[in-house]
Amino acid sequence: MKQIAQRVVPFVALGVLACGGGGDRNQRAVIQNRGSDTLLNVAQAWAEAYAAVNADVAVAVTGGGSGTGISAMINGTVDIANASRKMRESEIELARENGVEPIEFIVGYDALAVYLHEDNPIEGLSVAQLKGIYGEGGTITQWSDLGVSVPGCDSDEIVLVSRQNNSGTYVYFKETVLGDDAEYKLGSRDMHGSKDVVDLVENTPCAIGYSGLAYATEHVGMPCVTVEEGGDCVEPTIATAVDGSYPIARPLMMYTAGQPQGAVKDYMDWILSAEGQCVILERGYAPYTEMECA
Amino acid sequence: MAWYVDRAARVLVFVGGISAIVFIIGIFVFITKEGLDFVLGPLSLGEFFTSIAWRPTSNNPTYGALALIVGTASVTGFAMLFSVPLSLGAALFIAEFATGRTRETLKILVEMLAAIPSVVWGFVGMSIMNPLIIQVFDVPLGLGVLNAGLILGLMAAPIMTTIAEDALKAVPDTYREAAEALGATRWEVIVKVVIPASRNGLLAAVLLGVGRGFGETMAVLMASGHAINLPTSVFDSVRALTATIASELGDTVTGGAHWGSLFTLGILLFVVTFLINLTADIVVRGIRKK
Repeated sequence: MKQIAQRVVPFVALGVLACGGGGDRNQRAVIQNRGSDTLLNVAQAWAEAYAAVNADVAVAVTGGGSGTGISAMINGTVDIANASRKMRESEIELARENGVEPIEFIVGYDALAVYLHEDNPIEGLSVAQLKGIYGEGGTITQWSDLGVSVPGCDSDEIVLVSRQNNSGTYVYFKETVLGDDAEYKLGSRDMHGSKDVVDLVENTPCAIGYSGLAYATEHVGMPCVTVEEGGDCVEPTIATAVDGSYPIARPLMMYTAGQPQGAVKDYMDWILSAEGQCVILERGYAPYTEMECA
Repeated sequence: MAWYVDRAARVLVFVGGISAIVFIIGIFVFITKEGLDFVLGPLSLGEFFTSIAWRPTSNNPTYGALALIVGTASVTGFAMLFSVPLSLGAALFIAEFATGRTRETLKILVEMLAAIPSVVWGFVGMSIMNPLIIQVFDVPLGLGVLNAGLILGLMAAPIMTTIAEDALKAVPDTYREAAEALGATRWEVIVKVVIPASRNGLLAAVLLGVGRGFGETMAVLMASGHAINLPTSVFDSVRALTATIASELGDTVTGGAHWGSLFTLGILLFVVTFLINLTADIVVRGIRKK
């Protein structure tokens, strides 16, 4: 329901804007920006902050998910699509057939934290262990398999919390942790939003989940992650996402329809400038490169 | 002048009258059209009805809907198990025992129950029932058949109560008076005269309740745990057909196989609810003829 509201409201707002601006000589340029729910908060913050930078440009931001943004790019109905996963070859082909050449910009990074209940004693997990927990055929189904007993979780069962199968987060975690052709175990609780995952894990001692670092609260545990057995265990933080040491940090992308020009180019340049990148940092994501922010 | 008004009103009423038919045919044509490419193409009926592997976005997509069908059936079944006796009992009390102010208050309260939005029910399931079930039964998670079934049962109760009460009220008082004149007790009047006479109406009430449960989306999405799983106990998480459509349609590329598979779930839901409602309708018609 929320998604529908997010899609409809900006259209209405846009309609009002278009009608109101009709008589103006200096017509305001409107940039259509749609896609990833992960990036939605940041994209809205950018749009608001940019209004102060350039009052002649209005940015209309809508969510709906990476898939929605990418389909809109293919259909040529947006200027900028937000995505928390890369466009597939087949999608780029489809866009070219429609005369749209998508150009990719990495605008930041998002560390995917593994979330545990605050009473869970586990402090670090390896990628192989995560694969054993989440991947089909994985043998880790009980907390005792990891050598711990979790207070408040008498059944010892690991309650898997995952995402709906078309979310960018779901796809990225699968590709990075489970491998390209692997599948998730069936039977996970598939939540419809990053925040819902953290909420459920917070209230369920037996649970494990994964979600963007920006959704962390004080009442959940976030174990560090090692790539290989015996390697360094890296905490999920903005710093480790920027320097690339945290193994499950994904790039956040914006796609423009063709090489950006005019208002869209100015907007993209501003997003990638220190000013724009400090906005993304404030929202709990990592800038695409190290930045000094006040 | 009055002639035109008369004519206009007649056209208006006619349009209103047939609009329901137009819409239902329109909806059926629409979902069939969207799902048809998938049904004729990648769908394997064997896999659809016997496999639980619902992985439409995988590199090797599989479309097993068994767990979703079982999920919907188990939640609806469990809901009816406790909701039917509850609703019929409530209807009996309101129609046969309660009088005056009690009766009116109860009727209003039952109707108010029907006005609670489903997302609010879902919220109750998530944030009140979930911790309660964990505490009382000592299970790891309270989102599952039990939680969704209880919520759904409460949601279906008002419609069943209202229709069952109408059916009981439709039994002519002369029946009751005749039975009482023969020396029947109040209990005998209800069990041997009123219930048999309103049997069809009561059955229709139950079927409409089942239809309501089958189609419910938001509350089930929130309270069922939304996990692809064949339940072995009432505490297991399950996933419903409706919830799957609601959760996955938003991010899907229009016209793709995943899109088509979701519309195929829609066709299945439509056919089942249509059959349930049709049966209810035929049953009610049966009562009118008598």
